[in-house]
Amino acid sequence: MRPADLLASSWRAIRSHKMRSALTMLGIVVGIASVVLTVGLGLGTQKDVSEQIAALGSDLLIVSPGSSTDESGMRGGFGSGTTLTRADADALASTVAVPDALAVAAEKTASVSLEYGESNWTTTVTGTSTSWPEVRSRELLYGTFFTDEDVASGASVIVLGAETAEELFGTAAVVGQDVTIDDDTYEVVGVLSEAGSSGDTSLDDMAVVPMTTLVEQLDDSGSSESVATIYIKAAASNLLSAASQEAESLLLNLHGIASADGADFTIDVQDSLLDAATSVYQKLTVLLTGIAALALLVGGIGVMNIMLVSVTERTREIGLRKALGAAPANIRNQFLIEAMILGLSGGAIGVAIGVGLALALPTVLGSTIVISGLALVVSVVVAVGIGAVFGVYPAARAAKLAPIDALRDQ
Amino acid sequence: MTATAITPFETVAPVIELSGARKTYHTGDIEFEALRGIDCRIYPGEYVAIVGPSGSGKSTLMNILGCLDVLTSGSYVLAGEDVSHMDEVALASARNRRIGFVFQQFHLLSSLTALGNVELPLIYAGVAPAERRKRAMVALERVGLGDKSRNHPGQLSGGQQQRVAIARALVTEPAIVLADEPTGNLDSHSTRDVLGMLDDLHAEGSTIVLITHESDVAARAGTVYNVTDGQFVGMGTEIAK
Repeated sequence: MRPADLLASSWRAIRSHKMRSALTMLGIVVGIASVVLTVGLGLGTQKDVSEQIAALGSDLLIVSPGSSTDESGMRGGFGSGTTLTRADADALASTVAVPDALAVAAEKTASVSLEYGESNWTTTVTGTSTSWPEVRSRELLYGTFFTDEDVASGASVIVLGAETAEELFGTAAVVGQDVTIDDDTYEVVGVLSEAGSSGDTSLDDMAVVPMTTLVEQLDDSGSSESVATIYIKAAASNLLSAASQEAESLLLNLHGIASADGADFTIDVQDSLLDAATSVYQKLTVLLTGIAALALLVGGIGVMNIMLVSVTERTREIGLRKALGAAPANIRNQFLIEAMILGLSGGAIGVAIGVGLALALPTVLGSTIVISGLALVVSVVVAVGIGAVFGVYPAARAAKLAPIDALRDQ
Repeated sequence: MTATAITPFETVAPVIELSGARKTYHTGDIEFEALRGIDCRIYPGEYVAIVGPSGSGKSTLMNILGCLDVLTSGSYVLAGEDVSHMDEVALASARNRRIGFVFQQFHLLSSLTALGNVELPLIYAGVAPAERRKRAMVALERVGLGDKSRNHPGQLSGGQQQRVAIARALVTEPAIVLADEPTGNLDSHSTRDVLGMLDDLHAEGSTIVLITHESDVAARAGTVYNVTDGQFVGMGTEIAK
């Protein structure tokens, strides 16, 4: 029997039983559509979260004093350890020692009360260098950031977070205004764009001043050289671990420590946050895909059931074909190909519905759905595979029918 | 379509040669001997009727002759080929090449046109589409249905459907046409029509084996074998015409 005839024969059988074929495909259509949707939803959520984390500044190394690797310990260690210094930050900024670092910014914070006229507002003021906006991925809404001259001279200039400016002035357009801290006057040179919050810390309620200004006028911790945190932005995200190693060996050297086990500082990677989130969403995707796979399994069993009914219904046809010279393999292949065509059609329709919903749903749900070409191709292949796998048993039953019994069937 | 030119009963080898043919069915512990040693030779160009009441073993014999079943013991040589011990695949091929079936219930596929039904055996023989269509058309014309090739079975009368089935039986140029109660589902007019067609085929040289329980139908054949209790009763009776 010629392959083209086999295909034509299967195709005709499907076309001449439209209702039955449609019912057979239904399970696969639903299964494939849900696979496309759930995988798309999983990937989309992952993309959303990655973008949010990237906006917070991935590619970022966080050097903290002390050897605590615990995340909450690191936070609690702000300003408490004194093992990191401004000199360390300057050394890390050297392109020779840490070639894979793009920018370095040390931070030291103090809690202060800002005053403007009758209003006052308590916030955290950060002392840092001019590379801070680049390192922390922040932009200015109004005005400019302070300059290297401001840092060198310890100028009384201040950059406010948008929320802080709102609280204090009732508006964010406050460049050129003065605020008072402990009776000293500071000129507002810029206001930061909103950045949301990181954990329970608002990134918009803050103030930034030159490191020198903070140390000389606002900080009363008594250790003028120590800094709370040094942020290192890597030149590229794939250079993060290289930059981390370079920074570690430089700092060990500077601190005169022989072994990394004795380090008096900790280098954390903000990327680990991304990794954690990614792994959560990968698990979510696996879960959703598992549910969708279950739907496909049920669809496959549906294919098998209806194919078995079809074999019973077509017993006489099978008997006749055998009497006319069809070998068992011819009959088996015809039913297998029928099941595969149904799988292919069901898969294609399922993909179309899945993609349609994926395009329509985001406007309703507000969530991102990523349609991956690979997932679509895999879905269709899986659908054909399901047709084949669940078609094997009915096809074998059909092939085994004895022609005499089949012909006698009424 | 040329039927093989034959000079019957002289030098040629038989188309069908059954020797000591036995068929035993087992149903649980019960054994049933459907055929109890049948010997029979049918020569090219013969028109043979096999008659007998139901339960006589007539249907079993038809299944054996049609290569739809195999013997328990004895041998069956069909057109020079011993089919007694063939497996399913070889039997399918033997049916395809050697036998043209005509069934009581026509057994046409309703989803196919008359032409498509006649083409069916050629599909399993692996004949290319153009050649297939040509040969099927010739067979349909031979049974007088050249103008109905595009009709589906549902659009044809019973007699016409059986003629399509005869065309399907002829299209492979088989060694024998095996007709199993071909008029059982037909009215008297169509019965005459179909039997007349078998007469014509015989006249053109086809070998025909007709299985029936109606003696007036059997009377059309040249030789009649009577099956009772799985055995031939007497040898073939030649019918004087």
